Amino acid sequence: MSVQVSHLVKIYGAQRAVDEVTFEVQPGEVLGFLGPNGAGKTTTMKIITGFLPATSGTVKVCGYDVVAQPMEARACVGYLPEHNPLYRDMYVREYLEFVGGIHRLPNVRARVEEMIERTGLTSHRHKQIGELSKGYRQRVGLAQAMLHDPQVLILDEPTSGLDPNQIVEIRQIIKELGREKTVILSTHILAEVEAVCNRAIIIHRGRVVADDTIETLKSRMAGQSVVTVEFGQAVKSQQLSALPHVREVKALGSNRWQLVASADRDLRPIVSAFAAEHRLTLLELRKETLSVEEVFQQLTR
Amino acid sequence: MVAIYFREINAFFSSLIGYVVIGVFLVLMGLLLWVLPEYSILDSRFATLDTLFAMAPQVFLFLIPAVTMRSFAEEMQTGTLELLVTRPLSDWQIVTGKFLACLTLVIFALLPTLLYYFTVYQLGAPPGNLDSGGIFGSYIGLLFLAAAFVAIGLFASSLTQNQIVAFLLAAFLCFFFFQMFDLLSRLPIFFGKTDDIVQAIGIQYHYDSMSRGLVDTRDVVYFLSLIVLFLAATVVSLGRRRW
Repeated sequence: MSVQVSHLVKIYGAQRAVDEVTFEVQPGEVLGFLGPNGAGKTTTMKIITGFLPATSGTVKVCGYDVVAQPMEARACVGYLPEHNPLYRDMYVREYLEFVGGIHRLPNVRARVEEMIERTGLTSHRHKQIGELSKGYRQRVGLAQAMLHDPQVLILDEPTSGLDPNQIVEIRQIIKELGREKTVILSTHILAEVEAVCNRAIIIHRGRVVADDTIETLKSRMAGQSVVTVEFGQAVKSQQLSALPHVREVKALGSNRWQLVASADRDLRPIVSAFAAEHRLTLLELRKETLSVEEVFQQLTR
Repeated sequence: MVAIYFREINAFFSSLIGYVVIGVFLVLMGLLLWVLPEYSILDSRFATLDTLFAMAPQVFLFLIPAVTMRSFAEEMQTGTLELLVTRPLSDWQIVTGKFLACLTLVIFALLPTLLYYFTVYQLGAPPGNLDSGGIFGSYIGLLFLAAAFVAIGLFASSLTQNQIVAFLLAAFLCFFFFQMFDLLSRLPIFFGKTDDIVQAIGIQYHYDSMSRGLVDTRDVVYFLSLIVLFLAATVVSLGRRRW
């Protein structure tokens, strides 16, 4: 069990920034932290890294409580904060060697070289961090987070502000990391979660509103086909829910109904056959699809 | 702590800060001790380094805040402090590392003034006719004073993200602890024994006492307490995100 968060609450003044958040992450898992801005993602991450204290609740990293055993817990966490703060006047290698020194790594130089190669910084290793473009700075941020080979990586919006090519490259690095490590990354880009995570937590106003594997979430998110239908005559809802593949029936008004089925089913032929069979007049028959974004919006409204 | 210490030292000497601080200090001291007629040792006809020990604290009053102002203010502004405090380091290790680095820079500035000692030593009639014990004590006193100023400066820097505010605050606090208590003790409301007590809170009293060449335990304890007090205040100030 790499990260255990239980009943985490953080109160700022009167606002509950994080409200009863509980989850666990295993090694080999890449957990996506989704939510609109200000939902409590960053606050939760800052509590996991030990930067902020929780109002109540506990966080354990690699079995160490972040409050009771902070040194042990911090040693097994690699952290990339939200705006990727770096010492602009330091050189790439100098900075990474400094980080290695703090973690008291044996063979710092070799390890730094390895990280520079892995993050694709080889041609920039002798540059000052301040001279680097945003994408390369992000790589330095990743390199410092991964340098001491931590079990747990906390990445706060690792791809924000990058161009599409850089995003793909950074995601590739994160995916590779996720094979053996525990990775928690926050984002508000849904495609990112689909691309790199195998599990996602959607957080809204400090509360967890969904916690599932990507497959389940996807079927839950995009996994509905909705048909709106209006008949000329009165119909009983039992009649409609008895139709094949119909999962849910909702009354929208006088003789207007909304029928829900799984994504791969189109209910329109079934409904029109039903209407013909019962000699009903079809006034409206329209298929609506819910996009990933819409479900996300629904969950976080 | 060692890693932080060397990073800070590197930061001083890979930017201009380190050279400017040492340069400004030595130029000012050189002018005051050997050139400007009012203070010059050559005109005073006495083989002493009193001018050095009288003027160095005045120069430190603005030079040390300039050294310490960025230590925490800059890290808070750029957000690097968040990364630093989430590493397996205690806040004490961070503060001590930075404290020792700033103090080292000040010692680097002081080292060349040993040359003045040898010069004055040779200039005495006969050579060597000077109060070596007094000078030794004064150097110890100056070191303690510099360390106290560094601790005060670090504390000021940990209070704000703004380096200018940190500088002004540090300069004010250094001045306050250095001379203000001495001046306050002359107020008529402090009479009898109280004026001595007020005077003894200030740095000047203990610095002067050390300059006489007598390293008194009371003065050492005073300086160490002042340094530890401000370093502890810095640690508390760093931890205020947890409140």
